[in-house]
Amino acid sequence: MAKPRTQLPKSKTGIQGLDEITGGGLPKGRPTLICGGAGCGKTLLAMEFLVRGATQFNEPGVFMAFEENAKDLTKNVASLGFDLKDLIARKKIVLDFVYVGDREIETSGEFDLEGLFIRLGHAIDSIGAKRVVLDTIEALFSRLPNQRILRAELHRLFRWLKEKGVTAIITGERGEDTLTRQGLEEYISDCVIVLDHRVSDQVSSRRLRVVKYRGSTHGTNEYPFLIDEDGISVLPVTSLGLEQAASTQRIPTGVARLDAMLGGAGYYRGSSVLISGTAGTGKTSLAAHFAEAACRRGERALFFAFEESPNQIMRNMRSIGIDLQPWVQKGLLQFQATRPTFAGLEMHLTKMHKAINAFKPQVVIVDPLNSFVIGSNEIEVKSMLMRLVDFLKMQQITGLFTSLTTSGGALEQSEVAISSLIDTWLLLRTIEIGGERNRGLYILKSRGMAHSNQIREFLLTDHGVELRDVYVGASGVLTGSARLAQEAQEQAGKLTRLQETERRQLELERKRKALEAQVVALRAEFEAQETETLSIIGKNKYGERNWCRNVWIWA
Amino acid sequence: MKTNPTKPVTPVPEGGAREKKLDTYVLRLYVAGQTPKSMTAFDNLKKICEEYLEGRYQIQVVDLLKNPQLASGDQILAIPTLVRKLPLPIRKIIGDLSNTERVLIGLDLVPQK
Repeated sequence: MAKPRTQLPKSKTGIQGLDEITGGGLPKGRPTLICGGAGCGKTLLAMEFLVRGATQFNEPGVFMAFEENAKDLTKNVASLGFDLKDLIARKKIVLDFVYVGDREIETSGEFDLEGLFIRLGHAIDSIGAKRVVLDTIEALFSRLPNQRILRAELHRLFRWLKEKGVTAIITGERGEDTLTRQGLEEYISDCVIVLDHRVSDQVSSRRLRVVKYRGSTHGTNEYPFLIDEDGISVLPVTSLGLEQAASTQRIPTGVARLDAMLGGAGYYRGSSVLISGTAGTGKTSLAAHFAEAACRRGERALFFAFEESPNQIMRNMRSIGIDLQPWVQKGLLQFQATRPTFAGLEMHLTKMHKAINAFKPQVVIVDPLNSFVIGSNEIEVKSMLMRLVDFLKMQQITGLFTSLTTSGGALEQSEVAISSLIDTWLLLRTIEIGGERNRGLYILKSRGMAHSNQIREFLLTDHGVELRDVYVGASGVLTGSARLAQEAQEQAGKLTRLQETERRQLELERKRKALEAQVVALRAEFEAQETETLSIIGKNKYGERNWCRNVWIWA
Repeated sequence: MKTNPTKPVTPVPEGGAREKKLDTYVLRLYVAGQTPKSMTAFDNLKKICEEYLEGRYQIQVVDLLKNPQLASGDQILAIPTLVRKLPLPIRKIIGDLSNTERVLIGLDLVPQK
C-alpha cells in the first residue's frame, strides 16, 4: 500500500516549527500520541492542529473532548485567536464533549465501546473530517470499570481510526514511569510526542520532543516551545547543518576609524559581532553607532535591550551625539526591551524570532547577552545563542551582541562561552595608567579579513565614539594624559627641528655669501696681480731685445 | 428477530409518571445492531422488569446504527447501555445485564420490595 522509497505521507500541522522538526507534519492517516503532564499544552497543540487543518489545509476535524466541555474549550482557545464557533458553524470542526460521568458507572456483564465508535464515526462522516483529536481518552479508565475490555476496545479504536484514514491526535497524561498513565504508547506506535513544562531557577519553560516517529526521520532533541496569542510556536530547529550563505558584502560599523581597523570596510553582512568589555567601556555606545549607521543606510535595525529601557538608551546616546529618536519615528529602528527574568530563555528566543520575522531587520542588536545567565544555565544560554546566531545567519542579518565581562577575570573569556560562534570580536577594556582610567579597543578576532592588531584608545565625545592614534611608549600604548604628554613632546620636538633647519639654512647662506665675497676678493687680487705681472713681462721683453741688439752691434 | 414488545420509543410525559403511586420506570436500552450482546441484554432486561417492575415499566430500544445522532444525548459510549430515564435521577448501567444484582442496584430497586 505504502509507496516504496518515498517518504511517509504527512499531514501538516501548520504549527510553527513543529513541521520542521517532524519533517513535514504528523503521519497522515495514523494516530499520533501526544503526552505530558498537566498544563503542558497537550489540548492546545491538538486544538491548533485541528484549527490549522480546517483553516489552512482544508481538512475538517473532529475534536472529541473527554475532560473539558465544549463551552469551556471554545472560551479557552478563543484567547489564542481561534474562533471555534465560526468553524463549527461552517462545518469545519465538530466539537463533541463526551461526559463520562462523575462516578463509576454500574456495570452488569460484558460491554464494548461501540457507542463511542458510532459517535465518532457519525461526527467524522457529518463533515468529512480528515483529522481527529481525542482529548484525553484516558479519562475513560477512571470512570469505566473493566480495564481489560477498555484496553481491547482502545486497541480496536486506534485500528479503526487507521482504517478510516484520519490523522488523529490522542492525548495522554504522563504516568509515573511510563509516557502515559495507561500505557497508551503501547497502542499508538507510529508517532509519539512528549511535551514537558518545567521550572528551573524560577523560570518556566516548555519543551517538546518527538520520541518516536516510525518510518520517518525527525529531530530527536528537546525543542522549546511557546504558547502565546498566536498559538504554539516550537522553536525552529534553524540550520541542522552549517549551510548558511556567506556574504562578501561589508557594512560599516558606524565608526570610521573602526572600519579602518577592520580592513577598511567594517563587518561582513550576516556575520555575528561580539563586543565584550567591562562595565562602562562603551559597549552600548558602539552598538548604537552601528544601529544608527544602519538606519542611515535606510536599513532596519532591531535593538533588543535587556538592561535599559529604550528611552534611557536614547537619552544616554544623545549625550554622545547619537540621536536615535528620528529613526524610531521613521520606523527604521525598533526597540524591544524586556527583563531577562521575565521569561525563560526559550520564550525570549521565540519572542526574538517573532520580532525579527515581523520587523525583518538587516541588523539585530542584543544588549547585553549575558544578562541571560542566571545561576548555572550557561549551556542553555549557549545553545540558545547558537540558535539565534544560526537563525540570523540564515536570514543574512548582521547580529551585534554585547557582553559584560567582570573585571579581574580573563578578558578573553566571554561569560557565555560563545566565542566560537562569533565572527568578529571587539574587546573593550580600561587601561589604568598614571592615575587614570582610559578606554581601549582592540580586535580579538575577525574572521575572513585583515584587521589591525593595535590597541586603540577610544573616547566617548559629544559627537560619538572617536578612536585615537596609537602612541606606543615604553610600556605599551599610551593613553589619556600620557598620550597628551607624548603629543606635546612630539610637538615641541617638531618645533625644535624646524628652528634648527632654519638656523642651518641661514648659516649656509651666510657661508655661501662669505664664500662668494672671498671669491670676489680673490678674483680682484688676482686681477691686480695679473696686471702687475703683465706689465713687468712687457718691460722685460723690451729690455732683452735691446740687449741683443747691443750685443750684435758690439760684436 | 428483535421486536419491541412494550410499545417503545415515544417518551412518556414526565409529569404523568410522577402522579402514580408507584413510579413508572422508563428504561431506554441503547444497542448497536442486533449483536448477541444486545440480544442478551434485552432478554435480561425484560426478565428483570417482569419480575420486579411488573406493569409499570416501558422499555425503549435505541439502535445507534440507525440513529447515531442519538448517542450524544445520553452520553453513550459503551454498548449496551441501559438508561433509567424515569424516575429521576437518570441512572446508567452498562453491560449485557447478565448480573441481575448489579442491575437492581443500578436501577435503585434493591431497598424497595
